[in-house]
Amino acid sequence: MNKIDKTFKKLKTAKKKAFIPYVVAGDPDIKTTEKIVLALAESGADIIELGIPFSDPLADGATIQRAVMRALSHSVSVEKVFDMVRRLRKSTDVPFVFMTYYNIILNYGVARFVKNAKSVGADGVIVADLPMEETKKLKLCADRSGFDVIMLAAPTTPIERFKMISNCSRGFVYYVSLTGVTGARESLPAKLKNEIKKLKKHTKKPICVGFGISSAHQAKNIARVADGVIVGSAIIKRIEKNLKNKTKMVREVESFARSIAGAIHSVG
Amino acid sequence: MRKMRKVPNKKGYFGEFGGRFVPETLMPAVQELTAAYEKASKSSSFKKEVKYYLKEYAGRPTLLYFARGLTNKFRKAKIYLKREDLLHTGAHKINNTIAQASLARMMGKKRLIAETGAGQHGVATATVAALFGLKSEVYMGTEDVERQSLNVARMKLLGTKVIPVASGSCTLKDAMNEAIRDWVTNVRDTFYVIGSVCGPHPYPMMVRDFQTVIGCEVKRELLKKEGKLPDYLVACVGGGSNSMGLFYPFRNDKKVSFIGVEAAGFGMNTGRHAAALMKGRVGVLHGTKSYVLEDEAGQIKLAHSISAGLDYPGVGPEHAYYKETGRARYVSVTDSEALQGVKLLSETEGIIPALETAHAVAYLPKLLKNTKKTDIVVVSLSGRGDKDMGIISSM
Repeated sequence: MNKIDKTFKKLKTAKKKAFIPYVVAGDPDIKTTEKIVLALAESGADIIELGIPFSDPLADGATIQRAVMRALSHSVSVEKVFDMVRRLRKSTDVPFVFMTYYNIILNYGVARFVKNAKSVGADGVIVADLPMEETKKLKLCADRSGFDVIMLAAPTTPIERFKMISNCSRGFVYYVSLTGVTGARESLPAKLKNEIKKLKKHTKKPICVGFGISSAHQAKNIARVADGVIVGSAIIKRIEKNLKNKTKMVREVESFARSIAGAIHSVG
Repeated sequence: MRKMRKVPNKKGYFGEFGGRFVPETLMPAVQELTAAYEKASKSSSFKKEVKYYLKEYAGRPTLLYFARGLTNKFRKAKIYLKREDLLHTGAHKINNTIAQASLARMMGKKRLIAETGAGQHGVATATVAALFGLKSEVYMGTEDVERQSLNVARMKLLGTKVIPVASGSCTLKDAMNEAIRDWVTNVRDTFYVIGSVCGPHPYPMMVRDFQTVIGCEVKRELLKKEGKLPDYLVACVGGGSNSMGLFYPFRNDKKVSFIGVEAAGFGMNTGRHAAALMKGRVGVLHGTKSYVLEDEAGQIKLAHSISAGLDYPGVGPEHAYYKETGRARYVSVTDSEALQGVKLLSETEGIIPALETAHAVAYLPKLLKNTKKTDIVVVSLSGRGDKDMGIISSM
């Protein structure tokens, strides 16, 4: 059984929901990302999403765009991110999921990406601009080696299409909470909870919800209906606020993550 | 040469190029658009409406002008100019925006968004929005806002909101990222008017179809005037819509050579150019798989061209397919050669071309070294130069 599946099985037995933080690898630099990732794992993250930066992140809002630019300002590449994961694997068992755009994988070589990602100890990948129809090649390589390709579903996805997406997805289904790009929001769509409840009837796979979630209160609310909650921009804002003091940065990220993790894990 | 395969296929592929690489949120929208376009292309009332506005509003058919001055200067071929620059708003872009806005109306979408580089597509979108009473917003890189300020003023006067984009290279690529982000956010009521044969399927096919009026008219007129088909078709290639519109109707006329002129910027070996087909690699940008300018790590490189409309690191997937199959030949022209092209056409014909168009003109001296006196060359005069007078006069 894959590590992500095991994680959800364990959570289910404990009647808990998953906390999935997201950071951009190399923001503000690889060394600090390593510390942040360990702090996130320490604070109760069940799975960690690592962004591999791409110059044209068209599904991302301003916060993640800036994080990506910070990472790219010192040329963070797939290779460097893989090296980082290899090092992190010595200290933590938390499942790692990459999030990136297809051009990065295509340029690296689809089969090579899957093989090397797997060998450094990563567990899956989410590709923001790769809809179901275009995943054939990636899935062919990934399914063979037990590497999870996690598919996205959106509020605009019709129910029949959602069923196909969830069939095709491995690990969990990433449900995009709103029609829009990533970025912390004050409030989330009113219909969100009902949407998730409805979708839960059509899949056995865990549904994790991301985009826009910025507070412990929101996270807790979503955790009541979803299997996991993904928080990205709100964490990156803590990184951005402390660019001049990296010790404080790691500390603030950890304490914020701890509050979110606590809120999510308090939901039974 | 065998007959070209009918492209794209149902999934939007031209050989290995094209497809749909967009966030899931947009997939239902591009599928809806594909279905709506299929319906529209069979609807006589849609075709009638587009034809009406192209004729009565935009000024089609455009002239196929025999360029006596140019012809006499080189004496190496008969040169014709397809005068898209004479269209309302001053470029071929209006062919596409009239059709896309009609489609938006048919689909009940009330808001148009667009990206623009030189501002010609932005102006063409703002124009049809005013004409049809639709709301419109145009994304434009801050660098382009500055170098194409006249077009910014035009868009504003037409009632369009111009949104400056200050990320990345602050040019067309970033304007397109931002337009896609807007589309993801407002997908339910917004129609994204893409200005070139780029983006996810069905755009490359749809924009091509809307621009083929250029090539169809050339074919008809030239047969009337010369009783034969052209030997060479020459057009500039940024995203590639005016060139594809010119080439496509001739795709199975094997004796007609296609020449696409890319922007070589400061020079092909300087790394500061916009020649995606000649120097790029296969990648995915803005929803489509095609040639892109990227570095070793797969990060998109900044393009450079004196012409804002060609300053783009990608190119339409059908051009990639034409390159791969050898159907078209792609060449390049530098910034300074393009300026010479402006001068050449202004002095010999009394026509001031846009900087984009000047790339096609500037290739003529090279092309004409290998032509016969009886050959016929048609150049797509995609846009007029008024918008570039600031840049041209400062050089």
